[in-house]
Amino acid sequence: MTTTESRATGRKPAQIVDMSWDPITRIIGNLGIYTKIDFANREVVECHSTSSLFRGYSVFMKGKDPRDAGFITSRICGICGDNHTTCSNYAQQMAYGVKPPKLAEHITNLGEAAEYIFDHTIFQDNLVFVDFCEAMVKATNPGVLARAERTDAPRGDVHGYRTVADIMKAFNPFEGEVYKEALKVSRITREMFCLMEGRHVHPSTMYPGGVGTMPQPNTFTDYLSRLMRVIDFIKKAVAMNDDVFDFFYEALPGYEEVGKRRVLLGCWGAFQNPDVVDYRYATMNEWGRAMYVTPGVIVDGELVTNNLIDINLGLRIMLGSSFYEDWVNEQPFVTHDPLGNPVDMRHPWNQTTVPVPQKRDFDGNYSWVMSPRWYHPQTGEHLALDTGGGPLARLWSTALSGLVDTPYVKATDGGIRITLPKGEKLPETTLEWRIPKWSNTLERDRARPYFIAYAAAMALQFLEEAMGMLKSGDTKVFENFEVPDEAIGCGFHEAVRGVLSHHLVIRDKKIANYHPYPPTPWNASPRDLHGTPGPYEDAVQGQPIFEENGPDDFKGVDIMRTVRSFDPCLPCGVHMYMGKGKTLTTVHSPTYGANHG
Amino acid sequence: MTTQSGTTEAKASNGFDEITILWISEGMSCDGDTVSLTAAGQPSIEDVVLGLIPGLPKVNLVNKVLSPSLGGEDFLAPYRAAARGELEPFILVIEGSIPNQNIIEGDGYWTSFGNDPDTGEPQTLNSWIDQLAPRAWAVVAAGTCATFGGIHAMAGNPTGCMGLADYLGWEFKSRSGLPVVNVPGCPIQPENFMETLVWVLQHAAGTAPPPPLDHMLRPQWLFGKTVHEGCDRAAYYEQADFAKDYNSPKCQVKVGCWGPVVNCNVPKRGWMAGVGGCPNVGGICIGCTMPSFPDAFMPFMDEPPGGTLSTLLVKPYGAVVRRLRGLTNDMVNHEPKWRHNKRRLTSGYDPHWRA
Repeated sequence: MTTTESRATGRKPAQIVDMSWDPITRIIGNLGIYTKIDFANREVVECHSTSSLFRGYSVFMKGKDPRDAGFITSRICGICGDNHTTCSNYAQQMAYGVKPPKLAEHITNLGEAAEYIFDHTIFQDNLVFVDFCEAMVKATNPGVLARAERTDAPRGDVHGYRTVADIMKAFNPFEGEVYKEALKVSRITREMFCLMEGRHVHPSTMYPGGVGTMPQPNTFTDYLSRLMRVIDFIKKAVAMNDDVFDFFYEALPGYEEVGKRRVLLGCWGAFQNPDVVDYRYATMNEWGRAMYVTPGVIVDGELVTNNLIDINLGLRIMLGSSFYEDWVNEQPFVTHDPLGNPVDMRHPWNQTTVPVPQKRDFDGNYSWVMSPRWYHPQTGEHLALDTGGGPLARLWSTALSGLVDTPYVKATDGGIRITLPKGEKLPETTLEWRIPKWSNTLERDRARPYFIAYAAAMALQFLEEAMGMLKSGDTKVFENFEVPDEAIGCGFHEAVRGVLSHHLVIRDKKIANYHPYPPTPWNASPRDLHGTPGPYEDAVQGQPIFEENGPDDFKGVDIMRTVRSFDPCLPCGVHMYMGKGKTLTTVHSPTYGANHG
Repeated sequence: MTTQSGTTEAKASNGFDEITILWISEGMSCDGDTVSLTAAGQPSIEDVVLGLIPGLPKVNLVNKVLSPSLGGEDFLAPYRAAARGELEPFILVIEGSIPNQNIIEGDGYWTSFGNDPDTGEPQTLNSWIDQLAPRAWAVVAAGTCATFGGIHAMAGNPTGCMGLADYLGWEFKSRSGLPVVNVPGCPIQPENFMETLVWVLQHAAGTAPPPPLDHMLRPQWLFGKTVHEGCDRAAYYEQADFAKDYNSPKCQVKVGCWGPVVNCNVPKRGWMAGVGGCPNVGGICIGCTMPSFPDAFMPFMDEPPGGTLSTLLVKPYGAVVRRLRGLTNDMVNHEPKWRHNKRRLTSGYDPHWRA
């Protein structure tokens, strides 16, 4: 299932070395990456991704008051807790049949926009870019650094750095100018978040039915003034990233193969359109398509669907290499959706989570993560969709659908146009992201600063609309509701690093079943019952190695760049990590790996 | 707490010039405490690590997220050295709740931190704590999961998890003689945590006495008052003026706020740089700093059980106060009568008042 074509010609006898990175630094959660690397042919021949943490949200939420779900599920993630709260509220609003006031939707959108700007910035500039900084490139590809020193940065007029190496220096941990500025920006943008949602990470003002945030002119002015303070930083970030990634393709021919997968992207949509959304299941396709980030499943570059109902019905949670009991023989909670379509036993509405702690066995079960897949109705495949680290799938899906048309953001033919206003130093700027040729490491990373710009631009629109409502006296932010005796609901949203869904079943006014599916299970999943590897495994497995170091001083930077390009659920990092693996065994095996995949 | 300006009394004790912080976030956590920590500006974690705060020892921070190491065994090296007794002194910080490994039949684990070098299998968090806590100069629990168990320890949880003091025993003392230092919050309020850490570090340097802790081992100066006592909606309570839903700027006790009985300073301090918070900005207090969180506070959006009685009792008093204040408010909303354009000064001016 590895999708990178094998480089069959001119192969040398394999020299396989087991290398592992566990714990991986600069990430949230307990992720381990275990690989077999063929140093003779300089490629990764096998990869297993494992997670060693179980907490049991879907277990202990049973029997609780459904209104508590947003407060509880926020605690799933210490960096995108608000995305969970928001998604939970979307699911609850469907179950309760309540539509929050429009102003509440604007406030929620503004909170989420601030979250995207904050989180993508700190992740890209303080973690991802460390893998591309001067110190790291020097330690892994000294020839490339020498070339960067001789290469003028094409967009120097925007970001102010003369050569590509100057940009890389600005990303050095601690000393680098951009590195330090990014930390400051991450604090300003978190303040913007707190103005809308009270607290970061776990918001305090978000409720099913709306928000408790007091809408006053200064609520929005305080946000706007902070946003304008970071708008030039965003323009510069896009330019710097483009310069560095373009340079990598040029300096290391074949780098497009690093982290390349078949285009299998999922996006569940973000930023509700307050004029259209009513949270009814029956109309979900309409209001889903009206979102300001359009949902979609993309296979081999084609849009399979942007209907949230199709997306919902295609969800499958598979086992195969995970530490759980199967639930196929349990009674289903939901046999049909509200439109009468059959719901699969492997759908989150029907899942039962029974943990079975056991030994880690790479030939058997090796992870606490399950394997979410999307069932393609036309081909019958269970697709290991990835999220492209979030932004790649969001931009790709929005561009292919061509539905977003706003004053600041417009889906164009094959791309997205984003206009940011004049800032302190830089003029009004229009950026254009184009659908790339590959779904690979560099394009996942490149999409990220463009989405920061996207979120900032959308925030301007939400601010204008919210201010307009407020000034006309419309200040309602919460709508009351009753919890029904029996109901089901689903919420679709985008956590910063990709797709997020919450599925809820209510019986006797209590939670009978609740399953949140954040992006990391999609991306970090182990091999499923069909043997299909998860996206990290698939992207790393088969990728070429460009690092010049041999097995003894190998840092694994190309592998780490790939894993990080997916934005594994990470908090802030302030230091450099160079992922030197421990050599477990050295095996010389001319046949091993030749038939792999 | 006693503080004497300029005293050198505490400094007389033998302090350390250098100390290592071994931070393990592999408890059952969301890592939200680490993320919160990076929001702190008073002081920031960079300030502490770079030596910008006077009176602290040199700090070597070893945190998975913030580590300059090479990862894997290179990253784990200081932890292994500390477990062997070869790295002293160190402060052990635990983030996340501690699972009960004893309920697992056979092999397996709820959470691990690196691999056991002998077996190659995941090394449990519990085994790390067993090895490190007895050797630690101080032990700090970051966030409500580590202090009291928190959200993952709620009723119906499958992991039997608990707070660090439950695991080590509430009578546990680290080598400095300090019990576990608990900084609750889900997540920690950024400055609350950094301030506590700085005090512990000053104590390690011999420049400060031990931080004063309450009976639940929380810093007294941070958790000694209630949310209500610092809330800018508290005056509405006093006047028995209660929000009926979340559209209102008034006191939220009747829509689920537990502020009157929760120990926390967030409404007063704000969330970061004074911005944000909970009831002060329209969020009900769900008691996330408390030992009984979350179970005792659920369902969160309902009025707390004691709320009905106390809001009933305050009603007649509050109504009278509100009426009287309304009259006074009306009065102070009028300009004094001497502000006019007549040919006579009526302000009470007396040029000879000194005489």
